[in-house]
Amino acid sequence: MSIDVAIVGIGMHEFGRHEGVSGMDQGVTAVRRACADAGVGWEDMQFAFGGSMAAGAADTMVSLLGLTGLQFINVMNGCATGGSALFSAYNTIRSGVFDLGIAVGFDKHERGAFRVNTKGSGLGDWYGATGLALTTQFFGMKINRYMHEYGITNNTLAKVSAKAFRNGSLNDMAWRRKPLSEEEIANSPMLSYPLTQYMFCNPGEGGVALILCRADKAHLYTDKPVYLRAAAVRSRRFGSFEVLAPSIAIEHNAGPTVDASKAAFEMAGIGPEDVDLAQLQDTEAGAEVMHMAENGFCEHGEQEWMIQAGETEIGGKFPVNTDGGCLANGEPIGASGLRQVYENVLQLRGDAGPRQVPNDPKVAYTHVYGAPGISGVTILSR
Amino acid sequence: MGEFMAQVPVTEGVFTWPSDEPHLLGSRCVSCGNHMFPRQSGCPKCTGEKTETVELGRRGTLWTWTVQGFPPKAPPYAGDDNPKTFKAFGVGYVELPGQVKVEARLTEADPEKLKIGMEMEMVIIPLAKDEEGNEIVTFAFAPVA
Repeated sequence: MSIDVAIVGIGMHEFGRHEGVSGMDQGVTAVRRACADAGVGWEDMQFAFGGSMAAGAADTMVSLLGLTGLQFINVMNGCATGGSALFSAYNTIRSGVFDLGIAVGFDKHERGAFRVNTKGSGLGDWYGATGLALTTQFFGMKINRYMHEYGITNNTLAKVSAKAFRNGSLNDMAWRRKPLSEEEIANSPMLSYPLTQYMFCNPGEGGVALILCRADKAHLYTDKPVYLRAAAVRSRRFGSFEVLAPSIAIEHNAGPTVDASKAAFEMAGIGPEDVDLAQLQDTEAGAEVMHMAENGFCEHGEQEWMIQAGETEIGGKFPVNTDGGCLANGEPIGASGLRQVYENVLQLRGDAGPRQVPNDPKVAYTHVYGAPGISGVTILSR
Repeated sequence: MGEFMAQVPVTEGVFTWPSDEPHLLGSRCVSCGNHMFPRQSGCPKCTGEKTETVELGRRGTLWTWTVQGFPPKAPPYAGDDNPKTFKAFGVGYVELPGQVKVEARLTEADPEKLKIGMEMEMVIIPLAKDEEGNEIVTFAFAPVA
């Protein structure tokens, strides 16, 4: 019998650009806010999992938070760094090793598209030297092929971005809070065909921390516990089409998102039809479209009419990226997956303010995707 | 210039050069026949541990594409990263029949002229000049006229 797990405290440092504030400092702020939310002190933490991609080893933050001697394990797992920290914390409690602990992620990236470390990614220097090692190219090529196969239109991509910035304008933690029209989005500079500047998220800064405990002790910390029903991380299988790939196989296989999603639904014992809202990786507008189907929420191609009909808006049948997603929040890699869970906890508590999904949502879903072909999924419920 | 300027490949072991008919160099799994690019020692399909070097086909079809619209960061980029002179370039995956889909620069960068499924052929293109004035070249795919 495994132990049920609850999230009893959430904390976030505003996403965006913060001159003079280190990524680590943003992580520390997130931890302190999560502790305050749960009504606990740092000294109560029995363990921590934490990570960043570009802002230092997370475990060094104990010198700012307090040298309590707790077990602190650094997690570094590409774009699933935050999701992997949460996965590890979840299983630490589930297995009965500890009762109360924290998952934290933070980051601070340079401006512009990610500079890929080809050697660190197991790729030859020629790959970057010849102008191929750009994550943005992958996203352009994946959605271009997908539009060709399933009839997604350019206007639908613009609609996804417009929704993101609209939702971001309702979120005081978001980076981009100015609504943009579909025309402004479609007419912004073409970065990687068919994706324009405002269809891409930016690498950014921010921090998120989540405090987890045994479900039977959740009442000690909150009167609105949110339960973590599943957390799954999957890497790519042969034949999938992933970012930073000098070649792909002729035969086709569904990617790690499909695998992680299936595993999570199986773990939670529910299906996509039971989910009330979702935060899906939207590195760019096309990713949100494709990930709706890859996570099982519709058939390939159905997104076209769903998005045109407004079904993924906050007041729609299936709200997606209610906090503005990566498009409005930016992508500090270590924190990004935890930001999605933070938003879902707010939504399930009924504390999301002007962007609250109506009718008391009960089940919420998160999905991260990134290099080198890794996906992390969580399912939360009240 | 011309006759005094040497052409040097951006790297060794990824394509055959100099050659009248340059090929990409890949690996073929001795156990299952799976093709890989660039060359590697293990097979991601069958977990086989033995591969052999093969010259990949020079022609294929465009499986998907994009256009690189802004200068890539240098490093790692060795080409022109000056925003004033940078020229957008196409990038795509070309499916080499029965082998593998390879990612490559495309000689065409006009979205109106790029179509999924069109015939493509491997060519060698200039990328940059090194300190000695040599021309660094790399591989690309061009539409078959």
